[in-house]
Amino acid sequence: MLEVRLQKRFPQGQESVGFKLDVQFTAGAGVTVLFGPSGAGKSLTLDLIGGFARADAGRVLLNDEILMDVATGVFLPPQRRRCGYLFQRLALFPHMSLRENLAYAATSRPKLERHRRVNQLLESFRLTDIAGRKPSEVSGGQRQRCAIARALVVEPAVLLLDEPSVGLDTSLRFELYEILARVRDEFAVPTLLVTHDLDEAFALADQMLVLIDGRVVQAGTPREILSQPASAGVANLLGLFNLLSAEIKQLDPGNNRSKLRWNDIDLEGPYYPARLLGDRVTVCVRRDEIAVTPKMGKPEKGSLVLTLEGASETARNALLHFAGGLIVELPLEEFAENRHHREWQLSFPVSTLRIL
Amino acid sequence: MDFSPLVLSLEVAAVATLISLVLALICAWALSALEFRGKELLDAAVTLPLVLPPTVLGYYLLIVLGRESWLGALWERATGSPLVFTPKAAVIAAIIHSAPLLTKYLRAAIESVDPIYIKAARSLGLPDWNIYWRVVLPLCRRAIAASAVLAFARSLGEFGMTIMIAGNIPGKTQTMSVAIYDAVESGNAVLARTLVLIVSAIGFLVVWIANRSNPSPALRS
Repeated sequence: MLEVRLQKRFPQGQESVGFKLDVQFTAGAGVTVLFGPSGAGKSLTLDLIGGFARADAGRVLLNDEILMDVATGVFLPPQRRRCGYLFQRLALFPHMSLRENLAYAATSRPKLERHRRVNQLLESFRLTDIAGRKPSEVSGGQRQRCAIARALVVEPAVLLLDEPSVGLDTSLRFELYEILARVRDEFAVPTLLVTHDLDEAFALADQMLVLIDGRVVQAGTPREILSQPASAGVANLLGLFNLLSAEIKQLDPGNNRSKLRWNDIDLEGPYYPARLLGDRVTVCVRRDEIAVTPKMGKPEKGSLVLTLEGASETARNALLHFAGGLIVELPLEEFAENRHHREWQLSFPVSTLRIL
Repeated sequence: MDFSPLVLSLEVAAVATLISLVLALICAWALSALEFRGKELLDAAVTLPLVLPPTVLGYYLLIVLGRESWLGALWERATGSPLVFTPKAAVIAAIIHSAPLLTKYLRAAIESVDPIYIKAARSLGLPDWNIYWRVVLPLCRRAIAASAVLAFARSLGEFGMTIMIAGNIPGKTQTMSVAIYDAVESGNAVLARTLVLIVSAIGFLVVWIANRSNPSPALRS
């Protein structure tokens, strides 16, 4: 169990804006993902935990051992923290073979045990046959496996992974996810993973912490966070939502219904407890949860008709832009068949209209 | 022709380079990896011999190592012979001449090693001296070799301090540079020319080797 409470302030400089990190969280068994945009303080948090930077206040406990505590002046050097690091660039020692990389890491172990452990990890990560080669002589996937094996050879109490998949092609990325999932199951090391990739967070996270501007703004499983973002900032960061500024026109707890007015359009949502008539609220609705079809003939009851203002395409989906900044996601093929339509019919399933 | 100045110069330069290398590796490490009070002072002290005239340095050495000095007397009592006006004094002069530049080169080489390797090694629990020895130095070994070769060439050319603390005793402390000066002074043009050509050839060869073995343009002469 890793318990973290950290504060660090960077004053405003001539060429930099000021920044304040103020985070508090615990990370238990499994993978905890620190998710956030660049500059949110994710890597800094890892560095503070690993002992590569000093905090202004706070403390870090790892399995009840104090790694650092500003109040009592405890600051263990990185060497004594038992925090295994996996870097984006892997940082395998280029002048050593894969085996030497592992053996060197395990220098402090008695010779026989070191030999046994190195062999065991080389075997476990399918590196035995190429153990004599230098990192530059093996493939990217093998380098990646070696870097993870090297971090594990010293039996770390926690693994810190700093954007390990940035710059990897898709196959390597999935290989990495597979290995990390195996590490989680077989080695039972609590893992803290820094990423700004939502797919990665979903692939690996048992727990997800959303970090914005140096603060943890939401914590939960990825599914929980996606189904109910805590704020407009989180919803924007996830990038899958429409945020609509609306007014509550009617509340009907008996039928579990509410009426909302957005841009002179009435929308029907579930009953919102603790809200009053006339409240201005931000409604959050996922782009892929809005049902959209080209308008043919008379519109269905409860749906609204909007004019398509533009469309952009991603690898899998088309994003349809409507008046008022509403964006709806549609599978690419479906859009291709109907792209000539100007008028579209949209309906919002009641449960998808969440208030932030 | 008497080749003893050439042999002596090569011997002095070789020994001086070895000792300089050890000293410079320690200084370069302290200057690049450690944070301590007086670091700037150490940096200035290491740089000083590069800017002071050799005669000034020779004068200081005479004061510190001369037979009358505390250190010189201690040496004489321990070994039974004085330190000044011996080949050992020539070695000391060559060290003072080459170690500062070597320290500068090595510091640049050490600082050119990607810090991520040091970070990785620390996270693996390895002590800093071990990281320096097993990771940092091997990663810049080519630059170290090239710097050592240049330091050797520089030691070979030392003149001012050598003549002040080692003197000009033919067959005993007369190095190449001193022998050339001696030959010119005594009007022996043939000897002077021959020695000058030999020194130039060795210098050229050394710089060529250093450039070939060193990948970093920063250290190229």
